[in-house]
Amino acid sequence: MTGMTNEIKHHLTDALLMGYASGNLPEAFDLVVATHISLCDECRARLGSFEAVGGALIDEAADAVDVNDDALESTLRLIEGAPKDPIRIRDTAPEAETVFPEPLRDYVGGDLDAVRWRSIAGGVKQAVLPTSRDATVRLLAIPGGAAMPDHGHHGTELTLVLKGAFRDDDGLFARGDVEVANEDLHHTPIAEPGEVCICLAATDAPLRFKGILPRIAQRFIGI
Amino acid sequence: MNVVVEAEEQDWAALVRRVDRDKDKAAFAALFRHFAPRVKAFLMKSGAGEALAEECTQEVMATLWQKAHMFDPSRASVSTWIYTIARNRKIDALRRQRRPEPEDLPWGPEAEPDQAEVMTLQQESEKLAKAMKKLPEKQRKLIEKAYFGDLSHSEIAAETGLPLGTIKSRIRLALERLRHAMG
Repeated sequence: MTGMTNEIKHHLTDALLMGYASGNLPEAFDLVVATHISLCDECRARLGSFEAVGGALIDEAADAVDVNDDALESTLRLIEGAPKDPIRIRDTAPEAETVFPEPLRDYVGGDLDAVRWRSIAGGVKQAVLPTSRDATVRLLAIPGGAAMPDHGHHGTELTLVLKGAFRDDDGLFARGDVEVANEDLHHTPIAEPGEVCICLAATDAPLRFKGILPRIAQRFIGI
Repeated sequence: MNVVVEAEEQDWAALVRRVDRDKDKAAFAALFRHFAPRVKAFLMKSGAGEALAEECTQEVMATLWQKAHMFDPSRASVSTWIYTIARNRKIDALRRQRRPEPEDLPWGPEAEPDQAEVMTLQQESEKLAKAMKKLPEKQRKLIEKAYFGDLSHSEIAAETGLPLGTIKSRIRLALERLRHAMG
């Protein structure tokens, strides 16, 4: 279990929660949303209300479609043939706090110590996680006091803090806080002095780094 | 329990509990009759062909049986819970991508749902369903398109015009109680 954070100040937008509730987000965004919700009961409850809209829609009888005559019998056979729902054994004892909530651990294959980092620039390291190609998600490690590589945005970018903190024009972002940025926002997040800042960042467009060197690097590291 | 008039949702929750505790096939059959055709309609509207929708519907209903112990009636109505199972199946089968899920809140023995909370949540769900029926046609179509159709995430405006604040507060309270019970 990851432990809840009560001081979260920067939350997901309604559009993202509704996108998750309706199953219309790219996988990379789903991962950021699921990871934030693991840390934030406020957004978990907001998501619950958007899922209730889906429940109400499905409940309306007007356009129900008949199932096959033997559907119930085949379903019961399916149930009998299936392995019993395994009792889930948590991979950590409750008292052992992990940095990564469960959905993120599933993608990394473990907690923070299992990440396979690659250096990019200025002491910043990243690890791209495998998802469907309509968006990308990566872990970023930014040394205390260092700036995230400067970039402009196309589309939407989500940045969720898992450890440490960063600051930009929108204020301070600490564990559990998520920044939702779009074309209009041009920011330079800077990690707070001290410990390294670990973020989960997703974007549905390739990042556009300023300056020739990062751009060349971009070609090689696939940002 | 003395609620009779608005008992429909409450009944579904009781049926799910019978499936969980007693492996009650009659209870399951009643849930199946009501929900399977609705799940199938949802999947077809989401773009599945008839055969795929039928197959996925059976899988969704089988998941209901297998995961009945996970259903928490103080946080969702049965329709909402089934909707989330069907949505996940849709992402799996139609969009062919993985579905990251939030970490579960672990259930302790003390975390048995509070009956008053269950009742309120179920009533709020019914109110929401009624509010949806009263929405202007255009607004309603937009919501349907977002949930059943093919709106991309960047097109979703998330302005539903629905009173979601109350249902959110109820779920929030249930979560708080659960956290508290876990100590």
